Amino acid sequence: MVESKNPAQDDQPLLVAENLAKNYGRLTACRDVSFALYPSEVLAVVGESGSGKSTLLQLLSAQLAPSAGRVSYRMRDGVLRDLAALGEAERRFLFRTDWGFVHQDPAQGLRMAVSAGANVGERLMAVGWNHYGRIRDTASSWLERVEIDVDRIDDAPRTYSGGMRQRLQIARNLVTEPRLVFMDEPTGGLDVSVQARLLDLMRNLVSELGLAAIVVTHDLAVARLLSHRVMVMKGGRVIETGLTDQVLDDPREPYTQLLVSSILPA
Amino acid sequence: MTAMIDISNAEKTFTMHLQGGIELPVVRGVSFHVEPGECVVLSGPSGAGKSSILKMIFGNYRCDGGRIGIRHQGTVIDLATAEPRQVLSVRRSTIGYVSQFLRAVPRVATLDVVAEPLIVNGTARAEAREKAGALLRRLNIPERLWALPPSTFSGGEQQRVNIARGFISDLPILLLDEPTASLDAANGAVVVELINQKKCQGVAMVAIVHDDEIRHLIADRIVDVTSFAAAA
Amino acid sequence: MNAPAYNFAYLDEQTKRMIRRAILKAIAIPGYQVPFASREMPMPYGWGTGGVQVTAAILGPEDVLKVIDQGSDDTTNAISIRKFFGKTAGVATTTSTADATVIQTRHRIPEAPLHGGQILVYQVPIPEPLRFLEPRETETRRMHALGEYGLMHVKLYEDIARFGHIATSYAYPVKVNARYVMDPSPTPKFDNPKMDNCPALQLFGAGREKRIYAIPPHTTVVSLDFEDHPFTRYRFDAPCALCGADDSYLDEIVTDDKGGRMFVCSDTDYCESRQAAGHRGSESVAPHKERAHG
Repeated sequence: MVESKNPAQDDQPLLVAENLAKNYGRLTACRDVSFALYPSEVLAVVGESGSGKSTLLQLLSAQLAPSAGRVSYRMRDGVLRDLAALGEAERRFLFRTDWGFVHQDPAQGLRMAVSAGANVGERLMAVGWNHYGRIRDTASSWLERVEIDVDRIDDAPRTYSGGMRQRLQIARNLVTEPRLVFMDEPTGGLDVSVQARLLDLMRNLVSELGLAAIVVTHDLAVARLLSHRVMVMKGGRVIETGLTDQVLDDPREPYTQLLVSSILPA
Repeated sequence: MTAMIDISNAEKTFTMHLQGGIELPVVRGVSFHVEPGECVVLSGPSGAGKSSILKMIFGNYRCDGGRIGIRHQGTVIDLATAEPRQVLSVRRSTIGYVSQFLRAVPRVATLDVVAEPLIVNGTARAEAREKAGALLRRLNIPERLWALPPSTFSGGEQQRVNIARGFISDLPILLLDEPTASLDAANGAVVVELINQKKCQGVAMVAIVHDDEIRHLIADRIVDVTSFAAAA
Repeated sequence: MNAPAYNFAYLDEQTKRMIRRAILKAIAIPGYQVPFASREMPMPYGWGTGGVQVTAAILGPEDVLKVIDQGSDDTTNAISIRKFFGKTAGVATTTSTADATVIQTRHRIPEAPLHGGQILVYQVPIPEPLRFLEPRETETRRMHALGEYGLMHVKLYEDIARFGHIATSYAYPVKVNARYVMDPSPTPKFDNPKMDNCPALQLFGAGREKRIYAIPPHTTVVSLDFEDHPFTRYRFDAPCALCGADDSYLDEIVTDDKGGRMFVCSDTDYCESRQAAGHRGSESVAPHKERAHG
């Protein structure tokens, strides 16, 4: 883990959720979700389909407005702000700089017709970088970091394999050195060997860059590999939460025990 | 309190919901303490709860009652009621755990597996790898294996990697679950040497050892776990 | 048979009010695309209906109108539009840039410098500079509103990555009044500097897309570029074959079927004025290589 850039802020939570809930008419997608995420912590949200985990991710990343409760984020100046109170311009800026969002389908998080270099450089250009050479160099170094052959920098992601596209999506998100990354089933839909490689990469990057992350996954192995803490969701509620190894080795709730026992042994 | 570990009345019960909610009491009324520089060995038949106690001290198993006092960065915290962040902090800088079976992240080279605890705490990668190499050499893991992930190693080799990983940092508390179980006499002796070295450095240790000879070589005190056995 | 009687400049007065309101708003927010209720005109979409509606809305009986198409007063379209206004407004028309008060143009800016009191009306096909990168209108409106123009630089980046230089040679995006990014219509980038700090009023009309935008006189207009790939005008390596001008945009004219060609000013009025003043070029010169310089 990298030495914290701001030790004084490490004691302060980075993201705070208080009594979050989201209803669609009579359907409750999620409710009573409260937690605090600290810098450099990775939180996994696990659950099966319909558990509300994807809705929760949308609420936490300010893409959905909550029906109740509140999400607050500590900005770079140290002030904790209610996301609902941010103006649209501020929220979009946050999304492009201090946050990352890795979609399950990389095509949703990339511009497929534009070259890889431009995909990675876009966020930089959006915050005012105006020097082609520097943008390209930064993009190249990020491609290397996510283990994409630098020769492919001018190719569009349309020509990339699924695993490469996902790694490109990660590079595109990390180029502005965000402090918090949201990931929605980042390895879903990939071949097993490709998944493994991606997880290794993510694990290394998270620890090298001191990223905080919230990873939604149905795969407990991903949770074990990537996260420090885990929240287990069922029917829209958090039914168990704690350190990842605690919850997975010493599950308390019936549902958690069921999930853990359902993993096929290696 | 001068003790590094001070457990009083800790207890644990498993509730097996998938088996109709059967309750399996594991331990009750666990109380003992460990001073710096001493090695306490937990003894008792298998199934008595020795590993569970160790895991509770590490925060891997949750504690259902009682108190697990740990001296961490100058203050005493109760691991039984600590916040997850605090437990993570304790693991980073105070307690190390050598489990019985190596559970390494797949596809990571042995050298990096061993170096990781140092890197996580801020040591430069190159320096951490050098120290890892020195320790692996001492434990007779040949250099040609360092670049390979340990999943293909023999049981004894895996255990030595595990030990190297546990011993590499300067943590004031070490928990050892069967550190010499799969090792031959020569390697077992190396581990005993390492343990004694740590003792001299003032590290407090709790260990589970079945081999009587090894036990005599490292134990300052023996705590019989059967006295904590919960009534069935 | 009575000939049909048209309202002055074809459009009814209420329509002219609506268009003028849009024009005023556009002038108040330089570079911002103002939606307007584009009318059915007696020419199809893609033939300058936007420009014609803007001209019709601002034309007065005392105005002198010039119409050019790719710099020339005598192409079919220029003639048609000039005749249209001749018939429906009865205004004086001219081919002289200096004498005109309203100049409607398709895809070129006249070489002769404009002066205060003149209005240049551009015909615009696609007003949205981001359209080919971001097809969603909802998204592009938001980007303009929030000033999020990173995507525009992505396009320029792609050009450099693919061709080694910014290959956009026409419709080169500009930033107006340091706020809105605008498409100057498919004028060659050679013409971009003329838009900056221009004494004349510049109006842009897109009929099919139903947008009007404007650059008030003496407004800053900066072409987008990178620090290490600055905007360069495209200059031809040879002067005009007819008048010898070395500072105007040239058209290539094929003279025979053996590869013979010559380069002449695209702005016919400029070329003829120069020839009338005694300037001469060499006719039928051998093909020159074009290269870009400052």
